[in-house]
Amino acid sequence: MALADVPARPQPPRTGDAVPRPSPFGGLRAVYEHLWLLYARTWRGSIFGNFAQPVLFLVAMGIGLGSYVDKADSAAMGGVPYIQFLAPALLVATVMQTAVFEATFSVLEGFTWVRRYHAMHATPLTPRAITFGQLAWIATRAALVGSIFLVVIFLFGAAATAGIIFAVPVGILTALAFAAPLAAYMSTQRDTTAFNSIWRFGITPLFLFSGTFFPIEQLPEQIRWIAWLFPLWHGVDLARSLALGTAYEDPLVQVVHVVFLTAFAVGGTIAMVVMFRRRLEP
Amino acid sequence: MPDDPAAAPLIHARGLTKRFGPLTAVDAIDFDVAPGESFGFLGPNGAGKTSAMRMIACVSPVTAGTLRILDLDPTTDGARIRGRLGVVPQQDTLDTEISVRDNLVIYGRYFGLSRAESRRRADELLEFAQLTERAGDKVEPLSGGMKRRLTIARALINEPSILLLDEPTTGLDPQARHLLWERLYRLKQRGVTLVLTTHYMDEAEQLCDRLVVMDKARIVAEGSPRDLIREWSTREVTEMRFPVGVQETIGGRLDGIGDRIEMLPDRVLVYSDDGEAVAIAVHGLGLVPETVLVRRSSLEDVFLRLTGRSLIE
Repeated sequence: MALADVPARPQPPRTGDAVPRPSPFGGLRAVYEHLWLLYARTWRGSIFGNFAQPVLFLVAMGIGLGSYVDKADSAAMGGVPYIQFLAPALLVATVMQTAVFEATFSVLEGFTWVRRYHAMHATPLTPRAITFGQLAWIATRAALVGSIFLVVIFLFGAAATAGIIFAVPVGILTALAFAAPLAAYMSTQRDTTAFNSIWRFGITPLFLFSGTFFPIEQLPEQIRWIAWLFPLWHGVDLARSLALGTAYEDPLVQVVHVVFLTAFAVGGTIAMVVMFRRRLEP
Repeated sequence: MPDDPAAAPLIHARGLTKRFGPLTAVDAIDFDVAPGESFGFLGPNGAGKTSAMRMIACVSPVTAGTLRILDLDPTTDGARIRGRLGVVPQQDTLDTEISVRDNLVIYGRYFGLSRAESRRRADELLEFAQLTERAGDKVEPLSGGMKRRLTIARALINEPSILLLDEPTTGLDPQARHLLWERLYRLKQRGVTLVLTTHYMDEAEQLCDRLVVMDKARIVAEGSPRDLIREWSTREVTEMRFPVGVQETIGGRLDGIGDRIEMLPDRVLVYSDDGEAVAIAVHGLGLVPETVLVRRSSLEDVFLRLTGRSLIE
């Protein structure tokens, strides 16, 4: 066989200033490409699931449960059909769950199971490039899941106003507000213990009690503040106000929502860079 | 450093130290690696080889001392240096969820290669690693030897100035090891600078032009395999096993035979320039070993002499 030829072409090694500088954004793009490649293996099933889930939820909760809620003619829902009240919030909550999954599962894979991040870091890629590449991918997933959800909402006629389109960017911001701090935390973990607890005691209760299915004003006053502390309610309330066209009534509240979500996303990103560096460069 | 840039070392370390809290993993070691050289760290597990290697790979900050790679400082130019290195880590970091070929192509992208160039080199390297038939397969079902070859192929995608190999054949069966050594030997012949760690003396003898012997975070000897053997051992070794119970009683009885005697728990090693003569002399004393093996001295003997311990315990 003609294997004798070794592909590496040794040249006089360049030293000092002759060593080329890697492009700072090239790394980020390569990480993003890698994550796309992984997604591309299962995109059909994934897209199908992204359609099926909102359909099931909107049929069961929006139409099924909604028919009872609407009969009661409750003012708490802002005087709109329940399905229109539910749809933008459910979009944001679903996008959030996707992001949490990506931030926990991918990070465990990256550091422990597949050790993908270690392979990346043996090249010119820095912990910062890995962080931004991973977050860019999570934002893409959030946009994808959110857009499919939006299509389903329109198919169900569950949009109160065209403002529901804004639920997608709000969903992306909410996704990053969750994903970045969680990914930073997961970089300190070596097994699935925390991963399981986060879902059981964190994400599921948040999903139920952050104003997605009913306004948090219905919660006992003593525990209502818990919903304020986490980004999901802020995303849900913001998306709903924009979708129902009520955002102008309380513009300051909407600004607070955006600031709160942005603070989580930015703070989490900084934490991610620091923690990823700590894990990759002991 | 010499004035001639061609002869300037690719890696230059003085007093290189790595501490993890109270533990000193690498304790003020000095070494240089010249272009085209194959340089090895030989030592038992826990001697500090991997910690030294990780500092050279620019993924572990230097605690103290000087380290310059390609005449750059890893503290400030880590990413730039990594762009010129090929790294074969001890623990595989292949992406088991994508194909063999995609592992190479995406890795090329990390070094900023265009997609077309990355694909071209990937095909070439698959051929080199004898994995062309498996290009479209997932990584998971590959054998240990194939995964290692793929990892080496991946490390070559940027045509590195230095190839770093941390325990390249640990855990492989003999056939897979020999195939790997043959591939590495080809690289060496083409002038690729290799830096490797190993606790296998035969691997060090096969691949290294020059090596340092590490023990307990320090360098205890340096030289070519042949020089080290000449300096620290004799030409031949007579290995004898005695029946259980006898071994313990022969303590002083071999005095005067050979140049040096090592009493191991399961055998006795006598160092001399004529192993056959030693065996005859032992018989002459009325001692009958169960087995006798006369062999050439190896790096294993050098290590035993330097540290009083075996490489693999």
